[in-house]
Amino acid sequence: MADTVKLTIDGQEVVAPKGMNLIEAAKLVGIEVPHYCYHPKLSIAGNCRMCLVDVGLPKLGADRKPEIGPDGKPVIVFGPKLSIGCNTPVAEGMVVYTRNEKVTKAREGVMEFLLINHPLDCPICDQAGECRLQEFSVDYGKGQSRFVEEKVHKPKRTPLGPKITLDDERCILCSRCIRFMKEIAGQDCLGFVNRGSYSTLTCYPGNEPNTNYDLNIVDICPVGALTSNDFRFQQRVWFLKETKSICPNCATGCNTVLWSREGIVYRQTPRQNDAVNQCWMCDYGRLNYKFINDPRRLTTPWVKSAAVGERLSLTWPEAIHQVTDRLRDAKGIAVIGSARATTEELFLLKKLATASATVVPHTGEADNFLLHADRTPNMAGARLVGFSDGRPSGEFTALVVLGEEAIPSDVLAKLELLMVIDLLPTKATEAAHYVLPGVTFAEKRGTFINAKGRIQRLNPAIPPVGHAWPDWQILAALLKELGAGNYASIEDVFADMARTLPALAELNLSKITDLGIDLSHRFTQMNTDSSVDICVASVAKKP
Amino acid sequence: MIEFIVISFIKIAAVIGVMLTIVAYTVMLERWVCAWMQDRIGPNRVGPFGFLQPLADGVKLILKEDVLPHHVHKVLYTIGPTLVLMPALINIGVIPWGSNLPVFGRYIKGVIADLDIGILFIFAFAALSVYGIVLAGWASNSKYPFLGGIRSSAQMISYEVCLGLSVVPVFMQVGALNLSKVVEYQAAHSWLVLCQPVSFFIFLVSAFAETNRTPFDLPEAEQELVGGYNTEYSSMKFGMFFMGEYAAMFVMSALMVTLFFGGWSLPFAPFNAPATSLPVGLAHIGIFLAKVVALLFFYVWVRWTIPRFRYDQLMALGWKVFIPLTIVNIVFVGAVLALVVK
Amino acid sequence: MIVQRPKLTWWERTYLPQILAGLWLTLKHIPRRKFTRQYPEEKPLLYGDYRGAPVLVKDADGRVKCVSCQLCEFVCPPKAIRITPGFRPENRFDANVEKEPKDFVIDMLRCIYCGMCEEVCPEEAIFLKNDFAITGYKREELQFHKEKLLELGGVHDDKIWKWKNK
Repeated sequence: MADTVKLTIDGQEVVAPKGMNLIEAAKLVGIEVPHYCYHPKLSIAGNCRMCLVDVGLPKLGADRKPEIGPDGKPVIVFGPKLSIGCNTPVAEGMVVYTRNEKVTKAREGVMEFLLINHPLDCPICDQAGECRLQEFSVDYGKGQSRFVEEKVHKPKRTPLGPKITLDDERCILCSRCIRFMKEIAGQDCLGFVNRGSYSTLTCYPGNEPNTNYDLNIVDICPVGALTSNDFRFQQRVWFLKETKSICPNCATGCNTVLWSREGIVYRQTPRQNDAVNQCWMCDYGRLNYKFINDPRRLTTPWVKSAAVGERLSLTWPEAIHQVTDRLRDAKGIAVIGSARATTEELFLLKKLATASATVVPHTGEADNFLLHADRTPNMAGARLVGFSDGRPSGEFTALVVLGEEAIPSDVLAKLELLMVIDLLPTKATEAAHYVLPGVTFAEKRGTFINAKGRIQRLNPAIPPVGHAWPDWQILAALLKELGAGNYASIEDVFADMARTLPALAELNLSKITDLGIDLSHRFTQMNTDSSVDICVASVAKKP
Repeated sequence: MIEFIVISFIKIAAVIGVMLTIVAYTVMLERWVCAWMQDRIGPNRVGPFGFLQPLADGVKLILKEDVLPHHVHKVLYTIGPTLVLMPALINIGVIPWGSNLPVFGRYIKGVIADLDIGILFIFAFAALSVYGIVLAGWASNSKYPFLGGIRSSAQMISYEVCLGLSVVPVFMQVGALNLSKVVEYQAAHSWLVLCQPVSFFIFLVSAFAETNRTPFDLPEAEQELVGGYNTEYSSMKFGMFFMGEYAAMFVMSALMVTLFFGGWSLPFAPFNAPATSLPVGLAHIGIFLAKVVALLFFYVWVRWTIPRFRYDQLMALGWKVFIPLTIVNIVFVGAVLALVVK
Repeated sequence: MIVQRPKLTWWERTYLPQILAGLWLTLKHIPRRKFTRQYPEEKPLLYGDYRGAPVLVKDADGRVKCVSCQLCEFVCPPKAIRITPGFRPENRFDANVEKEPKDFVIDMLRCIYCGMCEEVCPEEAIFLKNDFAITGYKREELQFHKEKLLELGGVHDDKIWKWKNK
């Protein structure tokens, strides 16, 4: 028997793998079956009843063969009641209607029940605009309520751990959060108490969600019952621009969406990529975006003037000109790169170096799910373009630092020129002769290569803060002034990388899709378990 | 001699003072009449019933920033407005305001310069005012003023011909070019408007064209040319164009009163002969001014009634209708004078 | 359709009858009753649905009705409204409303008085009142902030009391 079955959904023939449920099968042909409790990455609860569909099966004769009707087609027998799409697997010859009158009536009924005790406080609800209850009310709602009795009142604005606020009145009891905490986050803490209209989502006092993945339940909550304290009342979602991005906080490289408005990033949410992070991301990475709009951000290039004894702001042409003059005079240039920088930036930085090119590792504790011990997003990329660990070495009098602050004091003492490209004031920028303001991952294009050797693409969500330039643009300007390269765009940089690095051969930025490209087969030696030793020592020959 | 100079200066001062006051209040009249015709009240805020409005307008114009655009011909741009105002002020000197004023036993003539060729003098200087407009339009170095200047040159030259030809029968009948003589003739006989209606009609229409008044205000034509020749002007330079237009109206009205409406005279004693006592002399001046103001009202009345002509209509009217008509009129009047009167 | 040009008599073709009729018409208007309204002294009569300056209102209990849902900010065609959302303090009588505008700015230089904010408001918190002469010496004076808008709006007791028993 084949691994696929043929069925008909709303008159369209669908070939679906065995065991797939009807919601997913309908999705294959672009039909959306409305649902609340079903989530593809969680176990099936089947309690919201929104995904009811009309399912018919071929009538089997005594010989276990489908009976053929007078029109030459199999006779289909529809069930007396509707079935839930989420928990009905596909079957050979099945006929499904997702939008006929029976189904629509059933869904209207479900919606009316769901809205009976719903407080309808959309004006103060953060979910408004991305709320499934709102969306399906438009499709299946009545527009007015027949319910004249007093609504059931439940606890509102209850803290659920330090990161989440729970509004029980808005809850439609889909149990997605309960299942996520139990199945994915591994903390069985949420549950329903009481019965009927009084059913309430709650947790045992003292056992509030406190894992590193709590905020995912805010994402999967189809209504506004669970809201993130970080994003609560910050901005309405319909104002926010969605930009596909990559979380820069560890080597996993979770796919994310940055939500921004007018140059301010308001939140970061996970984006589905089954090869990297499924539908989730950790709270550590999710909440670590505030540095993007930090008021202390560096916005203009400056020089520490010995004569004036203070910082002197420069225009970009001045800064580039002065720095290159000083670099030309230097007897050797060492660079310290950051594995938080993009591959393109590190590639250009490496070109600047005549002495050592080193990178500083940042590690932390790994969990066994998404958070990687390597807390930099691009150590593999740094290795690939030729950065190594260790102290700056070789003969040099100039040091170019990209986004790092730890500079050994003996190195510092012998420097004639210290140039730092960074976002925020650090010890390094304090010591630097020249500081050129770079931008965060949310303001530039570029690529990260994660711990598993997957190259993924950043997109600019907001324009650069102040007069800052994207780091690759600063480095390209320096190289151009030094006569060491002419890169007009980031595409030029990537094209040069693809030429010189076999691991990136025949790639360009647009070939790297939103989900990235797995390059691990191009690396002979990959060690994904070890935290920092994600070595890319040698590169396999292309087949 | 000194007496002549002193008296002349006093007359000049009086005439210009009275004239500019009337000019200022003509603007007022214009705004009031247009408001009334449109069922509005009109200016009524400055002073009692808005009587000080012209003063406020003047103060405003003087205090406004005098913009000298960088693209203009500075000298011509500056003298343009003066060339518009000046001819009107000069012309008023040969128009008799009254018969004479018997003061301290002297008879002071009611005219500053009692020229024998009065009408020629007037036409000569009236023709100069087109220079101001053409220069303004050209020196502004901007398309709308330029178009306005071109229109005005063609229009004013065309209608000057009609204007000149239309008054020939008047002088044929009177037998003199001196304007005082014309008035005295009318005082003794009858108003020439009754004898020469065709002349009067053509003169009246040509006077509208000559002073750029609606329905012949094509050089300004706000709707098409923004403001025509005065688009680039501001402050008192603009104010001088404005005064020039109304002063020209005043002169044309005064001329019409002199030529066709018996000047200072009324057709009954003691107003039908040169004054022999001071009160009558003053009354003559009053009569003259009353007639002028009545004509100024007519100017305003026409402006708020009749829409602007098209340019081709304007030219056709001037060259194809009025000029043949005036020539026929001259021949006709000549024939009548030769055959009937003699 | 072909409209025949009317055949004019010679007398009509001189335009004089029309000119004289026009002069007579304008002359007749001079003594007529005047329609001018002496504005600063005589105010125009405004009806209830007049759309003047938008203001914010409080309900009978003194709650700021606006909950900063930002729908007006969204719908505002000239983008004159700018809201900074915020929390209602937990110890205040109106804490159950949870959300209120930290600041609510209407740029009266941009406002076009279309009334869409009033129409879209789910809380009936913003109204277009009768003020139409809005002037100031500086741009900042015409950025109406929350306090000013509430002061202009006053109390609007609509007897719904949505948040009283919520």
